[in-house]
Amino acid sequence: MELLSWGEIAIRSVTQLTPVWVALIITFFVSIRYKRSLGLYGKLFDSTVGMIGFALVMFWVYTGVFSTMFELVATHDPLSQVSGMKNKVPGTPMRGAEAGDYPYYLWGGDNLARDVFSRVMIGSGIVVLIAPLATLFAFMVGITLGLPAGYYGGRLDLVLSFLANLILAFPVILLFYLLVTPEIRMTGMPQYMAVVLFSFPLIFFGVLINSRYYIDPMKRNILMVVILGVLGWLYLSLINEANSKVTLFNAIDGFDVDAGLLTVFVSVVFVNSPTVFRIVRGLAMDIKTRDYVAAAQTRGEGTWYIMLWEILPNARGPLIVDFCLRIGYTTILLGTLGFFGLGLESESPNWGATINEGRKLLSIYPHPALPPAIALLSLVLGLNLLADGLREESLKD
Amino acid sequence: MLLFILRRFAVMVFTALCLTFIVFFMTNLYPNLEKLAKSEGNFRMDDAAVASFLDNRGYLDPLPIKYGRWLGVLPGYVIEGSDGKTRGQCFERGTDGTGAPRFCGVLQGNWGFSTVFKDDVGSIVATRLSLTGVLMFWVMVIMIPTALVLGVVAGMREGSRTDRTLSTVAITTTATPEYVSGVIFIAVFSSSAFGLKWFKGSAATAMENPTFENFFLPVVTIALYGMGYIARMTRASMAEVMTAQYIRTARLKGVSFGNIVMKHALRNALIAPFTVIMLQFPWLLNGVVIVETLFNYKGFGWVLVQAAGNNDIELLLAVSVVSVVVVLVTQLISDIGYVYLNPRISVN
Repeated sequence: MELLSWGEIAIRSVTQLTPVWVALIITFFVSIRYKRSLGLYGKLFDSTVGMIGFALVMFWVYTGVFSTMFELVATHDPLSQVSGMKNKVPGTPMRGAEAGDYPYYLWGGDNLARDVFSRVMIGSGIVVLIAPLATLFAFMVGITLGLPAGYYGGRLDLVLSFLANLILAFPVILLFYLLVTPEIRMTGMPQYMAVVLFSFPLIFFGVLINSRYYIDPMKRNILMVVILGVLGWLYLSLINEANSKVTLFNAIDGFDVDAGLLTVFVSVVFVNSPTVFRIVRGLAMDIKTRDYVAAAQTRGEGTWYIMLWEILPNARGPLIVDFCLRIGYTTILLGTLGFFGLGLESESPNWGATINEGRKLLSIYPHPALPPAIALLSLVLGLNLLADGLREESLKD
Repeated sequence: MLLFILRRFAVMVFTALCLTFIVFFMTNLYPNLEKLAKSEGNFRMDDAAVASFLDNRGYLDPLPIKYGRWLGVLPGYVIEGSDGKTRGQCFERGTDGTGAPRFCGVLQGNWGFSTVFKDDVGSIVATRLSLTGVLMFWVMVIMIPTALVLGVVAGMREGSRTDRTLSTVAITTTATPEYVSGVIFIAVFSSSAFGLKWFKGSAATAMENPTFENFFLPVVTIALYGMGYIARMTRASMAEVMTAQYIRTARLKGVSFGNIVMKHALRNALIAPFTVIMLQFPWLLNGVVIVETLFNYKGFGWVLVQAAGNNDIELLLAVSVVSVVVVLVTQLISDIGYVYLNPRISVN
């Protein structure tokens, strides 16, 4: 078989992504049709920049979902090595392709003879799963600590701010090297950190429900049991792992998380939390001087009610915008970890690691390193544009 | 003002102490020490041999004592080892330690001995830091003027087509981490596949002899990531100043647009970016680590990776002290500079 030309490669790549295009078109059609009744999300479709950003982000989200969960987009197994395909240029026919195999390496082969196209597509699954989740956890930690620090001020603020600045004064890469090595994992350190950091969502939702419904104990108890039950089970499943340092309740351990993945997750949350803390603290200090807070204080509302149900909803605009930006930053951090070969095992198709592998032969074979680099760039760019669009639209009213 | 600086200085010292203690704690966890012992001694040591190796060198003493020794507030260890040799922290290498001082920590100016480079930590950090200094200097020379010009041009007519184009450029550069732009630059400008070969893909020769050909790519790679952020801050600040009353007054007086921008708006618009530029320094450190690894430029960032990858405890501590000082000093300068630039704010 012949080598594919660049046009044929482009056409075949686009065809291979058909499910993603379909999903994107449906999303946009539905969203634009009902945008007047969708609140801030609907307003996003009034801004070109926001729409472009949203499209880029959703492209990778759908690619990640379809390629990892439904095995649709990728053409080959991301780990299987095919002899004779090492460093082959884009469009090379696959050697020894059997019936049912995709006959080409669309974007060429890497230095271990694996399909670059499939690795990039499947690599997106890791990013779109971990980056938003880690950011969410960082927000939980930052909000739970930042609200009281900004609202009470004083000594509590002093101590928490000092701790936040301490973490921020660390060069991120040094911190990663200290946290993510296999030796540190043996000491159980990341798991202990997980025990602390992952408890914040539990505290957050516990306080959130209690401060609102403490006058209606029946309703509160039901809500508490349901929400904290589910979260608690997730929490215990996350932190517990057989044959490791934390084996508290192995009996109800629902699922095991790969130890490398957990370490990466914990360190990314740890690095992001202090910045979120500072933002939330600043917003809380600003908002607590407003009249509606004074009104709530005069009504005799509890302090946690004021923080979580008066201050937090009014701080949502900047927080949503920062959330988008921070997912982008987390994506960059995950790439950095992969780039230095930290955390996930080296053959995992995450973009950072793929870039790192590709750069070794960069001056002769640039094709394995460029696609993951451009993929990462487009996702982060999409998130930044989305944040920009959201900021613009939320400032309008 | 003096009191303010003194107080900040005290906080700085305290932060540095806390941070180095954390680094000390992490690097002195037993699995890390075991790795160190095996790479120092030999890789086939059994557990007992590892333990005696570490014990003979004072690694197994309680953490606060070890930390005190490193700092120089406690006397260095002198241990008669299980192999009959007497080792001391303050002994000159290869001597029996007669006439060695009792204290030899950071406070005495002794930064320790690097196990990776087999050299004095102080001199390693000094040479590598000067190499990175050259890199940073050129980064600043390219980044700051470009970012300010971009920001001012975009911000002086808010909402215009130039503004939107330049803002998109700025967003794109902030979305491009160094390892992405570096890889793209090398692939496009120095690989045989694209055939341009304008620049060198490695800056290894730039350590002795930096030229345009071998130094431009690493400098641009770092500068690009930081540039977008500064440009956006400048743009926001410029756009705000341009809506101020005194600008309108100047325009109504008939001052030309160029004069308004240059003489009236610019100074006030540059207050905010100044702080951002200073706070950008610690951020650049990250970029430096990535770019030095990518372009094989053996400066401070490269040392950080080597030290961290091999658990070189004393080198790692020195590296973290330097980076903490950089972070905190730039914060201090930005605070003080802000006060001087902005007459509405005072430190009291």
